[in-house]
Amino acid sequence: MEKYEIVSKRTLADRVNEYVVYAPSVARHCLAGQFVILRVDDDGERVPFTVCDYDRAVGTVSILVQEVGYTTMKLAETKVGDRLADFVGPLGNPTDLSAYKRILLVGGGIGAAVIYPQAKQLFSENRAADVVLGARNVSLVMYEEEFRKYCKNFHLITDDGSSGRKGFVTDIVRELLEKGVGYDAVFAVGPLGMMRAVCNVTREFGVHTVVSMNSLMVDGTGMCGCCRITVGGKIRYACIDGPEFDGHEVDFDEAASRAVMYREAEKEHVCRLRGTAK
Amino acid sequence: MKADFQRHEMPTQNPAVRIGNFDEVALGYTEELALAEAARCLNCKDAPCMQGCPVNVHIPKFIAALRAGKPDESAEILLADNNLPAICGRVCPQENQCEKFCVRREKAGGSVAIGNLERFVADYASARNVMPSCKSSCGAKVAVVGSGPASLSCAADLAKAGVKVTVFEALHKAGGVLVYGIPEFRLPKSVVGKEIEKVAALGVDIETNVVVGKTVFVEELLAGYDAVFIGSGAGLPSFLGIKGETLDGVSSANEFLTRVNLMKAYKDGAVTPVQRGKNVVVVGAGNVAMDAARTARRLGAEVTLVYRRSRAEMPARKEEILHAEEEGIKFELLTNPVEILGENGFVRGMKCVRMQLGEPDASGRRRPVELAGSEFEMACDEVIVALGTTPNPIIKRSFPALETTSKGTIVADENGRTSVDGLYAGGDAMTGAATVILAMGAGKRSAKAILRMLEEKGKIKCAECGGNSDGGNVK
Ligand SMILES: Cc1cc2nc3c(=O)[nH]c(=O)nc-3n(C[C@H](O)[C@H](O)[C@H](O)COP(=O)(O)OP(=O)(O)OC[C@H]3O[C@@H](n4cnc5c(N)ncnc54)[C@H](O)[C@@H]3O)c2cc1C
Ligand SMILES: Cc1cc2nc3c(=O)[nH]c(=O)nc-3n(C[C@H](O)[C@H](O)[C@H](O)COP(=O)(O)OP(=O)(O)OC[C@H]3O[C@@H](n4cnc5c(N)ncnc54)[C@H](O)[C@@H]3O)c2cc1C
Ligand code: FES
Repeated sequence: MEKYEIVSKRTLADRVNEYVVYAPSVARHCLAGQFVILRVDDDGERVPFTVCDYDRAVGTVSILVQEVGYTTMKLAETKVGDRLADFVGPLGNPTDLSAYKRILLVGGGIGAAVIYPQAKQLFSENRAADVVLGARNVSLVMYEEEFRKYCKNFHLITDDGSSGRKGFVTDIVRELLEKGVGYDAVFAVGPLGMMRAVCNVTREFGVHTVVSMNSLMVDGTGMCGCCRITVGGKIRYACIDGPEFDGHEVDFDEAASRAVMYREAEKEHVCRLRGTAK
Repeated sequence: MKADFQRHEMPTQNPAVRIGNFDEVALGYTEELALAEAARCLNCKDAPCMQGCPVNVHIPKFIAALRAGKPDESAEILLADNNLPAICGRVCPQENQCEKFCVRREKAGGSVAIGNLERFVADYASARNVMPSCKSSCGAKVAVVGSGPASLSCAADLAKAGVKVTVFEALHKAGGVLVYGIPEFRLPKSVVGKEIEKVAALGVDIETNVVVGKTVFVEELLAGYDAVFIGSGAGLPSFLGIKGETLDGVSSANEFLTRVNLMKAYKDGAVTPVQRGKNVVVVGAGNVAMDAARTARRLGAEVTLVYRRSRAEMPARKEEILHAEEEGIKFELLTNPVEILGENGFVRGMKCVRMQLGEPDASGRRRPVELAGSEFEMACDEVIVALGTTPNPIIKRSFPALETTSKGTIVADENGRTSVDGLYAGGDAMTGAATVILAMGAGKRSAKAILRMLEEKGKIKCAECGGNSDGGNVK
């Protein structure tokens, strides 16, 4: 196998693919909560993805990628056997699960990529977590079987009720907390709006909540400051100080605004890819 | 040949034309100009210019060889001491270094244009593929972290002495600031690429996409190599710490320049986007600020540079300041930003105050003090902050045994020896943001110290290693 070769690829949900990439240097030390930055080809941009799974013996790393724009669409065009131009990591800090006894993992959409390795790790440590998995509809539910296997109580919920219950992850989080399940910490990972909503609920109950911030990034090594967010009134870099932060301290409004900074330019790139540019 | 009295200025691209392209501004001497300028060198016996060169290039010697019509010999003299002359000739602040000590200076038509001559000879060597020579392998192995000028220079000197060197670089491309920071129009990436090829040709392996402290740990390198050199630079950007700095349209110079240089965002069809404001304010007055301002100008903006001290204190190279002015960059001096103003999440302006200079501060420069009641607003749609950088914390966080200062710089002696046995450091990682040539000098001193250590420990097997013969270039 060649460095950064795609050794397998499968579709897990609508426009969501799992890629297994041969990258022994990354596989050697990566842990749940960390991410990689890749470039599809030599002219490509650097984009971050969470390390979803890994096999140290074989030297592979899995990532779960949702097609949202130019680069993720480019990636979707690749085939098994193709080589990515670059694949660097593991970046960011590993999740610290050791500090908590009873943990609730909440994943929304592609956030499943982050909570899946956490669930697996907790399972392997004989302290399986409870999991709430949310998706817009049945076609976007990922890793359902795996979650059922690796967690203690599994709750599935979709916006339209096409799979599991109908509603939002916050409905279940609230019920669990109201029922008095004594969680030491909630890990909430998904779109910004969902993470903010979960934080608003957990704040009411005073339960510590960790979120994983998907800031825009360039280098991922602390060199550009593009990924900066405000946490507890202080500027922090998601790539080297995070990506996980205390959700009750994160300025979500600002993060939401920064996430769309390049929206116009990105749209044009996609038009070019689809051949619909003016 | 009778020497001309006046220094020969570097031919440059016309400012009106060059603000529309990213081609190199300084065009380089023609052979005729180079010979005429070389003739101005007085070949002083005590070579005062050499005091100003952190890597001790034999300046009068290389110029004399050029003048004598022996450019190959000239190149050899230059390459013996300087591993990256095509880069130094372009970006060194010569006015504060070699040229500062030239006896001609103001009284005799200006210092000899040593930097311009260095560039001429280096480009000649590069076109002719003159390669530095190296010794056969001596069996020792050294790991070098980062691939900026400090690391490249350390790696090259070690390789010349027969050491097997592996360079580990975090980014996807080697070169450090030379590739991600300094723009194409000042330092073409093809020039950097050639200099790096030369280092690789000495047998140095360059592994990109390796973040030391994440991908591989310092402990592993120390266990697997005879010595480790850290040249990880000072990449972490500082911000102003004022309101509005996280607004969309505000970036560090590092981010802006990385998008443009490393990711080629200036090219049509580039995938990586970059902000393209119409009215850009750049905060700062060093080389980085000039580069950001001139890059924004080339992307089509009206650019204003805001600096809290006066012109005399601007830390950028003189040439960059002149070029920036020629390109229509406005300077708002003695002006300090106090707030960045936004609208719907985007920058719309900047609130500033006027300053005046008071008593000298610790740096010896007069301290700027705010003029009461001088607050005013400037309209702008993009702000680039170029206030300096500090060392990246990744290595320190993953390897706490490494001693660092409160500013995050690595503690090491003048030969780069750190608190950890076998671990050396130099360049911006040790000094804080400085210059290419100082980083190179540090890399060379560490290479020398490493060779001495290897010899003492009996790790260098071949007898010739660590000597100071021709190709070995280890003084
Ligand atoms: C630490 C980290 C981990 C991540 N892990 C994963 C993962 O496991 N799986 C996955 O699919 N994605 C993940 N992401 C997000 C992923 O990096 C982006 O979706 C990707 O960069 C989009 O690139 P693109 O060129 O396809 O889209 P673009 O054309 O760049 O963007 C398309 C749209 O998405 C928005 N967007 C782009 N990047 C982000 C972002 N980081 N956050 C929010 N909105 C964004 C843009 O504003 C635009 O509206 C992660 C991001 C970070 C920072
Ligand atoms: C925009 C700009 C313009 C400048 N202009 C000039 C000029 O005109 N003249 C001049 O003399 N100087 C100039 N300088 C300063 C000069 O570039 C630096 O002083 C010099 O590059 C420092 O060299 P270095 O080798 O110490 O570090 P760098 O050039 O910073 O290189 C460090 C390298 O280490 C890598 N790295 C960091 N951490 C790790 C890690 N953990 N693992 C692996 N790799 C890592 C980085 O990615 C980088 O490639 C300028 C700087 C900038 C930013
Ligand atoms: S991505 Fe550049 S500093 Fe975090």
